[in-house]
Amino acid sequence: MIDEFFRDAFFAGAVISLLAYELGLLLKKRFHLAIFNPILIAVICIIACLRLSGTDYDSYNASAKYISYLLTPATVCLALPLYEQLKLLKDNLAAVVCGIAAGAVSGMTGVLILSGLFKLEHTEYVTLLPKSVTTAIGMGISEELGGIVTISVAMIIITGILGNILADLIFSACKIKEPVAKGIALGTCSHAIGTAKAMELGEAEGAMSSLAIAVAGLFTVVLAPIFSGFM
Amino acid sequence: MKYLRQMTIILFFSFIGEFLNEFLPLPVPAGIYGLLIMLLSLMSGVLKVADIKETAMLLIEIMPVMFVPAAVGIMDVTEELSGILLPLVVIIPVTTVAGIGITGLITQTIIRKSCNKRKLK
Repeated sequence: MIDEFFRDAFFAGAVISLLAYELGLLLKKRFHLAIFNPILIAVICIIACLRLSGTDYDSYNASAKYISYLLTPATVCLALPLYEQLKLLKDNLAAVVCGIAAGAVSGMTGVLILSGLFKLEHTEYVTLLPKSVTTAIGMGISEELGGIVTISVAMIIITGILGNILADLIFSACKIKEPVAKGIALGTCSHAIGTAKAMELGEAEGAMSSLAIAVAGLFTVVLAPIFSGFM
Repeated sequence: MKYLRQMTIILFFSFIGEFLNEFLPLPVPAGIYGLLIMLLSLMSGVLKVADIKETAMLLIEIMPVMFVPAAVGIMDVTEELSGILLPLVVIIPVTTVAGIGITGLITQTIIRKSCNKRKLK
């Protein structure tokens, strides 16, 4: 019955998503802990609600998808902070390009080495290869290489949330202080969800992270087929 | 009618991105095409910052919540994941943390080197 209600109600999925996210924001404000990440809290609460009430993901997504509908326009708008920080990009062009290339290569090398250690099958290995790039590009790469696209999407989102949560910890452990370096690291290794974190850190971080999503995505498109042949 | 016009412009660029995604044979998503074209339009002066500013900032601010519905989709693949759960629990965090550290350190090292050179000159 609840399942049917979800399917027919125009706003059920959207409202539960927004409320769960608000709860996440509230917890984060109250406890100041990185683990109280609003996206993570929202996802856990919603999955728990859907499971408890016996509601299908598809019924939930019938209305929740309208939130995702805005993702393309929002991505387009990342051009604005990037434009406002264009001088910063020009001043650091070599560092930015080398950093993104190094990030894309080291990410895939890491997946290669660990997949070898765990003796994963080729299909599983190529499913994980595009885990650091933005969902739309990653889905394309996974499909192209014969991976399992739904798992790739799940891994891409988990990678993004991990980057978002752990960024501050990694930056202080590695003594990374340059705003440009922080932005490039977040955008290259945890795409748009990492960029949300970069936007919180500052304008320079956000702009560089936006740029890194696009450039790292393109590097990965070119390099992933080569890496696919290694295992 | 400021917001309506800004939204129209932003959706128009999204549509151009969609169009390019459909007709160019590259695996580039619509949003990235739209981003690049909007950036070029801003650089060439065809588009002014004031034409999109408030609505663009709003969309960027609420962007994280847009990932929630797709992330909830993980509940549908839990069975497929169960077989390789242990490798995943190691591989995903390790490569993500190492990637962020390595990328940040390399970028920072090059920035500081070129800054020192500029100072010497």
